[in-house]
Amino acid sequence: MSEEWLIVGASVVGGVQQDIHLKNGVIAEIADSLSAPGATVLDARGLIALPGLVDLHTHLREPGREDAETVETGTRAAALGGYTAVHAMANTEPVADTAGVVEQVWRLGEQAGYVDVRPVGAVTVGLHGKQLAELGAMADSAARVRVFSDDGFCVADPLLMRRALEYVKAFDGVIAQHAQEPRLTEGAQLNEGEVASRLGLVGWPAAAEEAIIARDCLLAAHVDAALHVCHVSTAGSVEIIRWAKGKGIQVTAEVTPHHLLLTDDLAESYDPRFKVNPPLRTKADVTALRAALADGTIDCVATDHAPHPVEAKEAEWAAAANGMTGLETALRVVQKAMVDTGLLDWAGVADRMSVRPAAIGRVLGHGQPLTAGAPANVTLYDPGAGETPVDPRTHASKSRNSPFAGMPLPGRVHATFLRGTATVLDGKVTL
Amino acid sequence: MNRHLISAGDLSRGDAILILDTAEELASVGGRAIRKLPTLRGLTVVNLFYEDSTRTRTSFEAAAKRLSADVINFSAKGSSVAKGESLKDTALTLEAMGADAVVIRHPASGAPRRLTDWISGSVVNAGDGTHEHPTQALLDAFTMRQRLVGQGASGTDGSDADRRGQGLDGIRVTIVGDVLHSRVARSNVLLLSTLGAQVTLVAPPTLMPHAVETWPCRASYDLDAELRKSDVMMMLRVQQERMTAAYFPTVREYRRRYGLDAGRMALLPEHAIVMHPGPMNRGVEIAAEVADSDRSTIVAQVANGVTVRMAVLYLMLGGAGEETPMESAR
Repeated sequence: MSEEWLIVGASVVGGVQQDIHLKNGVIAEIADSLSAPGATVLDARGLIALPGLVDLHTHLREPGREDAETVETGTRAAALGGYTAVHAMANTEPVADTAGVVEQVWRLGEQAGYVDVRPVGAVTVGLHGKQLAELGAMADSAARVRVFSDDGFCVADPLLMRRALEYVKAFDGVIAQHAQEPRLTEGAQLNEGEVASRLGLVGWPAAAEEAIIARDCLLAAHVDAALHVCHVSTAGSVEIIRWAKGKGIQVTAEVTPHHLLLTDDLAESYDPRFKVNPPLRTKADVTALRAALADGTIDCVATDHAPHPVEAKEAEWAAAANGMTGLETALRVVQKAMVDTGLLDWAGVADRMSVRPAAIGRVLGHGQPLTAGAPANVTLYDPGAGETPVDPRTHASKSRNSPFAGMPLPGRVHATFLRGTATVLDGKVTL
Repeated sequence: MNRHLISAGDLSRGDAILILDTAEELASVGGRAIRKLPTLRGLTVVNLFYEDSTRTRTSFEAAAKRLSADVINFSAKGSSVAKGESLKDTALTLEAMGADAVVIRHPASGAPRRLTDWISGSVVNAGDGTHEHPTQALLDAFTMRQRLVGQGASGTDGSDADRRGQGLDGIRVTIVGDVLHSRVARSNVLLLSTLGAQVTLVAPPTLMPHAVETWPCRASYDLDAELRKSDVMMMLRVQQERMTAAYFPTVREYRRRYGLDAGRMALLPEHAIVMHPGPMNRGVEIAAEVADSDRSTIVAQVANGVTVRMAVLYLMLGGAGEETPMESAR
């Protein structure tokens, strides 16, 4: 907390170049030609300053699957990706369905210190979809849980979903739904379409996502509660969310970097690096998701960072695990998919990757404009770093299951500051 | 020829005709007193079967043995697979044993494609999940050519010289049944269209693959409308467990709408043949009197399976040179 920095010549959210003085954990001043005798100077000319990124959807795997990721390795990966806060999903072993588990995850995050870890609480006991977990106890715990999700599973029972949406209103909570109608997706392996049909893989129909989103929007409207939709993946889902927002329903939504860039034809190799749930979809879906993120129908980018050990992916497609790593590539993917295509400017990136996810997750001290007095959560990004192929072996994540391996991506996260302390400098973790 | 045979779509028309012509040549071996050629002597062919399929495994085994290859049968039951060994570790084991070719049958679509990432020998797909079964399509094409092309086009076998170099141009093939879950149908659509045949798929809408309109074939829900326009009726096995997933109401209703019985058979053109990849459900997709009729090629398909698989192994493992298999046998 004693670090003092003078960031010189950064383009503030892609705008004019200014100097940013970080002191005592806050932005002391932001203006032209600052001087701060006691501060370490960081030459940031050519770099863009963004508010520290906030991820609404991260699988840190601890407790239980420390072979895939730990809070420490996952949060290092997050810092390297430009994040200052992440939401740790509840599908750990044991499941984060009690105050005890969410407090454990929160404390592990505090100890690691790279980013703020905001545990997500399970909606139902054991993610089984039968009985509500003690949502209030998790909300009142030291972890102060506000986002609840059975992610990995859909809260498919409409009555239970209704009750959950209603119940968390008491403590300003939000239910983040993994929208997947279970009967329509039994054994599903890949987007139901031309590719899955040709490859002989069981189809995952878009309608199975859209049906749940439509239902949940109606429920949220009925009980006047907040719904967040995880990893929106289809053009039809976008239309439903757009309709719901037009009606004034309290719905927010996220899209993953991989759904903004990759399509289902990658499965032709049968390489399970491309196996994820919801699955990669078609080019038309990617186009619709990008447009929706640009116009704000989809509120934010969330990584769904899902690390898996090597053996979980070195298998035949049907036997392999779902999921992809994403923390260390998210901003670069967003640059490629959204900024370099002219769909979103850097102010838009700051909004979709920091401001809005912080607001949805009720994360205090994050996602605030870069102004004097704000907490010094800052990411410096070099968009001009030429395209370089992604090499998962260099990632801080314990797992290597990046779908972008070998793919050239632009840009580079240069530095990340958490409350004025550098967690990443020159692309490397400091601590 | 490609190093592997994963999909019938990997075969060009030239490749496919070469396989069929080579199989014609090899067919005579089956009729000789000594049914062996020394072509693949010293090479090892592994049959890696994760599903019970005595029919396909023995066909590949006979094919490899008639070419004098050493054959290792590696089945999921009674091996380390049952203890949970991964496909990759099994592949590395086979690699260490020096497998020159691995013939794989696996319940997961794409498993043979994955295997090619881990071993240096050739991989032959002997059926993967609901994806493909390319040697079944080759033996089906071989059987169709034998019965319908050249002077044998009236339904009797013509001389093989008439058929050499020929495809299946203009032959109308109707494939009926559970197309959705059928690897045989997928491979046949790809191979038969490559060879110039006109393929029509017939299934209830629930068992028709998604996006079938992008496939090189027609699709129809009405079997009766296709009978008079078919030179080949290929009936697919329909599994009773599909009923529980609501693909169709009852076996009785399925038989009524999509079963080939004597009445429907009578409406086929005189020269038309009836095929089935086996194993059959007599009385469901095919009536006993159809299966046992003169039109049925079901037994011939089994015999042709061995020769076609010999041709595939020969061309993939030994046929790179100029010699024909018969010359190399001398």
